[in-house]
Amino acid sequence: MKVNGVAHPVPVDPRRLLSDHLRHDLGLTGTHVGCEHGVCGCCTVLLDGAPVRSCLMLAVQAEGHEVTTIEGLAQSGSPLHPVQQAFHECHGLQCGFCTPGFVMSVVGLLREHPDPTPEQVDEGIAGNLCRCTGYASIRRAVHRAAELSKK
Amino acid sequence: MKPARFGYHAPQSVEETCQLLASLEDAKVLAGGQSLVPLLNFRLARPAHLVDINRIGNLDRIYERDGGVAVQALARQSTVEDSELAARLCPLLPAALRQVAHRVIRNRGTVCGSLAHADPASELPAVMLALNGHVVAASARGQRIIPAADLFTSVMQTALAPDELLVEAWFPGAHGKYAIAEESRRHGDFALAGAVRYGDRLALFGVAATPVMADPRDPTKGLQPSGDLEATPEFRLHLVRALTERLFAA
Repeated sequence: MKVNGVAHPVPVDPRRLLSDHLRHDLGLTGTHVGCEHGVCGCCTVLLDGAPVRSCLMLAVQAEGHEVTTIEGLAQSGSPLHPVQQAFHECHGLQCGFCTPGFVMSVVGLLREHPDPTPEQVDEGIAGNLCRCTGYASIRRAVHRAAELSKK
Repeated sequence: MKPARFGYHAPQSVEETCQLLASLEDAKVLAGGQSLVPLLNFRLARPAHLVDINRIGNLDRIYERDGGVAVQALARQSTVEDSELAARLCPLLPAALRQVAHRVIRNRGTVCGSLAHADPASELPAVMLALNGHVVAASARGQRIIPAADLFTSVMQTALAPDELLVEAWFPGAHGKYAIAEESRRHGDFALAGAVRYGDRLALFGVAATPVMADPRDPTKGLQPSGDLEATPEFRLHLVRALTERLFAA
């Protein structure tokens, strides 16, 4: 499988979850693990460009596929990805635990709806839980990210 | 490691899958994994073998058959939700899919997987029942059709035999009045109670061991829903009456 453009062998043990493989075997700890049953959305990554829960996939299932994690959005030292920039500008995070999952979901949302309506924004982030912000600033960040993405 | 140890099999064809299912003891089919993997992570399910069908080619088609929509085992829910064919032939199906969990889950989850999982509080089994659809089951013994009315036997139990793979779900062409409504504690959660209308037909979910057909004029007749922390039986009955009224008022 490819993770952020780099080829990696899949783990030998089939019961290794993709989320644990990313964090423990590849050291990509930007993907966070919250509930581990698909409710919180913290572990969201892109699989061939579409957001999915990495805690609900076996790592072996990613063989032959392209995985993008939060680390893959912007190289160290280069400008932030538009969605990251928008979360930064709009204070779309407080403690930051849920943020990587939100950012990856929003990247997927904007790919499907480059100019989302408020309803599409709500639908697009409904699968991610944030216990700090109350979501208002996250909603603003999504609209800002749509603006930034067009530039 | 979260899931308990299991033997992992990744067959490349339906035939190979059927042979595996016929020979393995205590095997579970892994499709989208959005219901099965949580159960594995909690070790509520500890199958000896997982048969991962995701490597089978040409099993993700959505096509027209007998005037309805046939959805193969690996068609993701989000793809069916966006399908122009499904919207044209059976608009109730995409409408119901929009109520299934969240888009990120639907990117991975499959329509056939939801039917085989048969959670009594899930939408798709009730949709299939309301529409009188069917599924196609394949095994080393051959193929058979299981009508919706015979498919759901108890809580997360279906008429599928352990050696059978659900290869296709068929939803009839449906152009009559349709609607789906449910009540849950949070958006995307399992329904406390839900109702599907197609014409004069009413199917309920979340209120019995399986989805059930009901009389729109007396929807709670014979129902004995269970109670839990989220809803008492009385509240579920109230929801059934309120949802039915809403669906048939339109």
